[in-house]
Amino acid sequence: MEILQQPEQATLRKEFPILHQSVNGYPLVYFDNAATTQKPLSVIESIHNYYTKQNANIHRGAHHLAHISTVAFEETRSKIKSFLNAAHSEEIIFTSGTTDSINLVAQTWGRKNLNAGDEILLSMLEHHSNIVPWQMIAEEKGAIIKVIPINEAGEWQLDAIDSLLSNRTKIVAVNHVSNALGTINPVKILIDKSHAVGAIILLDGAQAVSHFAVDLQDLDCDFYCFSGHKLYGPTGTGVLYGKQELLEAMPPYRGGGEMIKSVSFEKTTYNELPHKFEAGTPNIGGVIGLGAAISFMQSQDWNQLHRNEKELLDYATSRLLEIEGLKIYGTSKSKVAVISFLIDGVHPYDLGTLLDNQGVAVRTGHHCTEPLWNHFGVVGSVRASFAMYNTEEEIDLFIAALKKSLQLLK
Amino acid sequence: MQVEQRQQEIIEEFGMFSDWMQKYEYIIELGKDLPLIDEQYKVEDNLIKGCQSRVWLHADKSDAGNIVFTADSDAIITKGLVALIVRVLSDLPATDIASANLHFVNELGLNEHLSPTRSNGLASMIKQMKMYGFAYSNQ
Repeated sequence: MEILQQPEQATLRKEFPILHQSVNGYPLVYFDNAATTQKPLSVIESIHNYYTKQNANIHRGAHHLAHISTVAFEETRSKIKSFLNAAHSEEIIFTSGTTDSINLVAQTWGRKNLNAGDEILLSMLEHHSNIVPWQMIAEEKGAIIKVIPINEAGEWQLDAIDSLLSNRTKIVAVNHVSNALGTINPVKILIDKSHAVGAIILLDGAQAVSHFAVDLQDLDCDFYCFSGHKLYGPTGTGVLYGKQELLEAMPPYRGGGEMIKSVSFEKTTYNELPHKFEAGTPNIGGVIGLGAAISFMQSQDWNQLHRNEKELLDYATSRLLEIEGLKIYGTSKSKVAVISFLIDGVHPYDLGTLLDNQGVAVRTGHHCTEPLWNHFGVVGSVRASFAMYNTEEEIDLFIAALKKSLQLLK
Repeated sequence: MQVEQRQQEIIEEFGMFSDWMQKYEYIIELGKDLPLIDEQYKVEDNLIKGCQSRVWLHADKSDAGNIVFTADSDAIITKGLVALIVRVLSDLPATDIASANLHFVNELGLNEHLSPTRSNGLASMIKQMKMYGFAYSNQ
């Protein structure tokens, strides 16, 4: 059974082969896009093409395959520079993902610049990948972590921010969009306030880049990270953007080939940006796939994407609210299409299990944001998160499956 | 072997069901028969850590020298699965528990509940029960 949809949606969905399968006899309804997105054919084919026609180690070979691979790899870097409007492609560092990017900053910038008593400002919405690396470096250096509180709607309490920022604050690290609640955070305000006290700011953009345009020069944040696999690209890829002067001043992260200028047992000198932070053979095929994902995104009509996303969010929200005892967590007016909810007396794990039996893939639990759910005083939630290929018909199937599950669980 | 016999019984019971809904309905029903852990034992130390559903497990030695398990979970499907496992493993000699081969979960098509995604405490619980088996075996 195929999901019915409008003709344009049908065309788009054809680009994503994985969507056309059954689970337990039911059509797959994939609503776990905040965890990872599915990949269009152009991305899959670019990786296939890389391994069948191009594969060679890059930046060092003198032969034809090395040359074409290097060109393809570096082309992705400049694509991302344009995609995010960074000033220089040297500011685009390839990492294995957002987690890797944040660890890189914590371990290099953090180790060099944080001292005992310095403060790191995070928020209650943060994913563990934007908490733990800071805890690790804070412990090592004697720095202190402070947390921006949130309101009932799952938004930063803006009036609390000023009292949390001071000249002791060295870095602010927050997500652009909350993975658990979908809140789009007012980052510009925080960027200005952080700079005003002499702090730098890192934005975790993992949940942002696939939903709206990000202009790094306009934002003027100091670091920005995202993961390829949440942007319709392959896993094992990601980007750390950093302002050139910051990256220049940071010591290298991992040592090895590629990130060096010259090596001797007496003295080794390091390479320039971006390669200083790209030790070893990178995930070349992955990066090329990421390049294809960026091209894919750029070929979409973003106004249409935004309209569709809003429609899906509004429709799903209204249909969910039909259910008695259902509470939505994350009710900001400014959200991406992510809905976290709980139903009275129903454990999210039970609901997730029964939904899965009906082909519906959602995420349950604390979504790697344990402090957030402790704050709400619940075990976690059920989270449905939508991507460009999801449809209202799928939402109908989801609601039907939900109601059927509740027959057993309530 | 008791463990094997008990598993066969369960596999037969589940053979009655043609669809997943009936299967889960039965599992949820079975959860109601779980010998409940005493509230006083619902402490951090007895909590089997899973990412989502919590499972508490307590082991006691019976007069006959067997290990008796009591447990609870905050998710009702997990509770049902816990009840099944306790049904298979409880009130048996320690050595039987330590060496038990629990294949019935797989045969019932419930092995996604044992997957290493940490999404529930079930796999950890089985491990813990076997550890009790080993520990008590050496006493």
